[in-house]
Amino acid sequence: MTDLTKLTIADARDALRKGDVTSAELTQACLTAIDAADALNAFVHKTPEVAKSQAEAADARLKAGDTPDLCGIPLGIKDLFCTKGVPSQAASGILAGFKPEYESTVTSQLFDAGAVMLGKLNMDEFAMGSSNETSVYGDAVNPWKVDDRKLTPGGSSGGSAAAVAADLCLGATGTDTGGSIRQPAAFTGITGIKPTYGRVSRWGVVAFASSLDQAGPMTKTVRDSAIMLRAMSGFDPKDSTSANIPVPDFEAALTGDIRGKVIGIPKEYRMDGMPAEIAKLWEDGTAMLRDAGADIRDISLPHTKYALPAYYVIAPAEASSNLARYDGVRFGHRAKLDKGDGITEMYEKTRAEGFGAEVQRRVMVGTYVLSAGFYDAYYNRARKVRALIKRDFDEVFAAGVDAILTPATPSAAFGLGEMADADPIKMYLNDVFTVTVNLAGLPGIAVPTGTDASGLPLGLQLIGRPWEEGDLLNVAYSLERAAGFVAKPTHWW
Amino acid sequence: MLDLEYAAPAPKVIAGAKHDWELVIGLEVHAQVATKAKLFSGASTLFGAEPNSNVAFVDAGMPGMLPVINEACVAQAVRTGLGLKAEINLFSAFDRKNYFYPDLPQGYQISQLYHPIVGEGEVLVELGDGTARLVRIERIHLEQDAGKSIHDMDPTMSFVDLNRTGVALMEIVSRPDIRGPEEAAAFVAKLRQIMRYLGTCDGNMQNGNLRADVNVSICRPGDYEKYQATQDFSHLGTRCEIKNMNSMRFIQAAIEVEARRQIAIIEDGGAVVQETRLYDPDKNETRSMRSKEEAHDYRYFPDPDLLPLEIEQAWVDDIAANLPELPDAKKARFIASFGLSDYDASVLTADVANAAYFEDVAKGGGDGKLAANWVINELFGRLKKDGDKGITESPIPAARLAQIVALIKAETISGKIAKDVFDIAYTQDRDPEEIVKTDGLEQVTDTGAIEAAVDEIIAANPAQVEKAKANPKLAGWFVGQVMKSTGGKANPAAVNALVAAKLGL
Repeated sequence: MTDLTKLTIADARDALRKGDVTSAELTQACLTAIDAADALNAFVHKTPEVAKSQAEAADARLKAGDTPDLCGIPLGIKDLFCTKGVPSQAASGILAGFKPEYESTVTSQLFDAGAVMLGKLNMDEFAMGSSNETSVYGDAVNPWKVDDRKLTPGGSSGGSAAAVAADLCLGATGTDTGGSIRQPAAFTGITGIKPTYGRVSRWGVVAFASSLDQAGPMTKTVRDSAIMLRAMSGFDPKDSTSANIPVPDFEAALTGDIRGKVIGIPKEYRMDGMPAEIAKLWEDGTAMLRDAGADIRDISLPHTKYALPAYYVIAPAEASSNLARYDGVRFGHRAKLDKGDGITEMYEKTRAEGFGAEVQRRVMVGTYVLSAGFYDAYYNRARKVRALIKRDFDEVFAAGVDAILTPATPSAAFGLGEMADADPIKMYLNDVFTVTVNLAGLPGIAVPTGTDASGLPLGLQLIGRPWEEGDLLNVAYSLERAAGFVAKPTHWW
Repeated sequence: MLDLEYAAPAPKVIAGAKHDWELVIGLEVHAQVATKAKLFSGASTLFGAEPNSNVAFVDAGMPGMLPVINEACVAQAVRTGLGLKAEINLFSAFDRKNYFYPDLPQGYQISQLYHPIVGEGEVLVELGDGTARLVRIERIHLEQDAGKSIHDMDPTMSFVDLNRTGVALMEIVSRPDIRGPEEAAAFVAKLRQIMRYLGTCDGNMQNGNLRADVNVSICRPGDYEKYQATQDFSHLGTRCEIKNMNSMRFIQAAIEVEARRQIAIIEDGGAVVQETRLYDPDKNETRSMRSKEEAHDYRYFPDPDLLPLEIEQAWVDDIAANLPELPDAKKARFIASFGLSDYDASVLTADVANAAYFEDVAKGGGDGKLAANWVINELFGRLKKDGDKGITESPIPAARLAQIVALIKAETISGKIAKDVFDIAYTQDRDPEEIVKTDGLEQVTDTGAIEAAVDEIIAANPAQVEKAKANPKLAGWFVGQVMKSTGGKANPAAVNALVAAKLGL
């Protein structure tokens, strides 16, 4: 078998169970593909030894008839997850050389289910970015390419998206604070779901903005997302914000039958200057759901326009505090000090050297909005806006809407470096369709449904009711089947 | 419970160069919560461990680590609140107080600024002279302690010990109701006493388990009453906060010297600057720690890693139902049921272990007053001389002292013999009843035997008899002789009566 890496998780699972393939073979195929894909800069720490030994253990389990869904499935892990004994740097210089002595809950659960870790994936530094250009490891590159330009895979889970789209792994973990799973998924033609806040434990995931961060799977299909999300989910007493709610079999929810489901189309997402092809993508997706028997309804989420500014107050505020621990005292980078330097100089130099420009910008913004005299004007007001945004969704769901369809991104993937001189706000606008979901704590999924004129993938976003990921995945599954998006990037790397 | 009535003490007045000044004092007492584990981690709180040995990943601020509230700490805070007759807030929440320091690994302290777990309460602070101050408690909140920075181990480096990092503290904030240095110390002592009764803080000031920030301001006589009437702080002077005091003596000295500093500034036409100060006991002065310009902007905001803390009334009620008897109630009861003086009751209830010991002696011995005398005068005195032992180290358990009291009360032994029995019991680990029996120390109450002894002494000392008849005060000599001849075992009352009768007095 030459194209093992192209298998979906579901197909690989079935093949492993049947004994048509071993995890060792599957894993080796991925490791070979990864070694040939350095041009994508998706994997920043390869862990072939870990992978081989996990694959061997998985094969033994499979042989013994112990076959959890992910047993033997090779995955990539975003660098934001702490993995025991393996570099975990959140793509930041300040965590240079950091190897945790603990395993994140998510990766523990995946490994307990028999999953194989191929390595750590590139990302924006501390998950702050929408293009994977803020990484200390350099840009991750989108496997999609239509001209000479190298394109961004999106961010912050850019490495995860690139690796899955390029068939370097069967699935990958991502994290999403304002769109960091859904935007890169859309840019690379794959599926990614951010679950309800509290569905997946944050323990052992390097924090960006604690009240918004959620981990989720990035996969080739909706079914794979359902399989992987189930393995990542569950109550964790080590995370106080984790919900003690049973985890259903999300895959079992994928009937494809959405007849009678009410799909809301929010008018506020029809932004001024929306590109025609995005508008068309959205209309086409709406038509597909209607054709599948859904009841399409125009809805209003009136506070949407305040979401992005509120997000860019709350997320930096929490980040400024969460990142205070990177001080050079206990782990990671510590600046070389000059004679006579004291603790203040150590902090200043260490953080100036260790953090990149975008992280520094957000730490400063966050510090500002929390400071005395500005707290009420910024942070408290943003919290109020957040409550209103959540209420908008609550009211729509209470009125009978089952899911909401929106574009996932305002455009297709852009060229790396193209935004280098742009106002940072322009980059932040990438999150315009996704941040509301984080602010409201809802599940959201990006599904590839078409391409732009040049052939680059585009995705739509579906937003679901809290804790109803099964229903949401089923609507996404229906959309996926109707859209029939099967395009793959041409292998150029 | 009985309510004891006290008059309020007079405020401390300091005479300045120009006129009199009064003090206004409020305290923030930081009490380490007595629990096995830290506020948000499972690491041990044990004092004196190897540096950095009681540190969980979350205490060290490792990436991705999250706090999880320790229910035992919450229960202790609620218990303390109930002990201070305070309002318990069923909804409270944790906030982050952000600042950089090497012994603060997260870069923030988790505290409760906006929604503390305990609201308003009160403490009656007795001053031992029959007066007492009712001090209002503003709030109690839970927060993390910081670690320890060590700057004197190396000429160029500092070291950090994180054992204490994340240990739960209760910050107990008083209203500015305290009016003098002695009252301030008495307030801290009373809080400590209550918390020891409750078992919520061991009160060990030497280890830093109880420490206080003291807010001091001065005002002219009459101004404080205006504040009390209106709760308008503009009637009071500008306050300075003296940080981190961990001795009653220093608290008093620091308040005194700080008040005098403020008086001097104002009488010189200056103005007191609101700031944080440190007390230097060697020089007996306070020094500015940081000025307003250097003051931290703590950027408090709700901790997004923790959900609001919601507790149930039934849980609080359960804690309340199992609260031990508190010092005020115990003291009132000792006075009422054992007939103790206010002073004796105070001494015996100062420490909960002493009170329990006394109560066992009083009940076992059948005489509260006698028991109080024996515990306070004999036992405490002996323990003090014997290496300042605590009640729990007493070689005489309460049951044995109770036997002695019972033996005295039954007139089986005299008070004098009792002291010998006490000494034997203390040093030889023996039962008082057994000592009395084995050593034949029972009091002789048989009047025939005593009469014979009296007759013998009278017959042998005719000259003394004549003197005594002339001067009845000399009868005591005969009593002494009789006691001596009976080895101290004769009932003194019987001897007195017989001597008087035989001498015809």
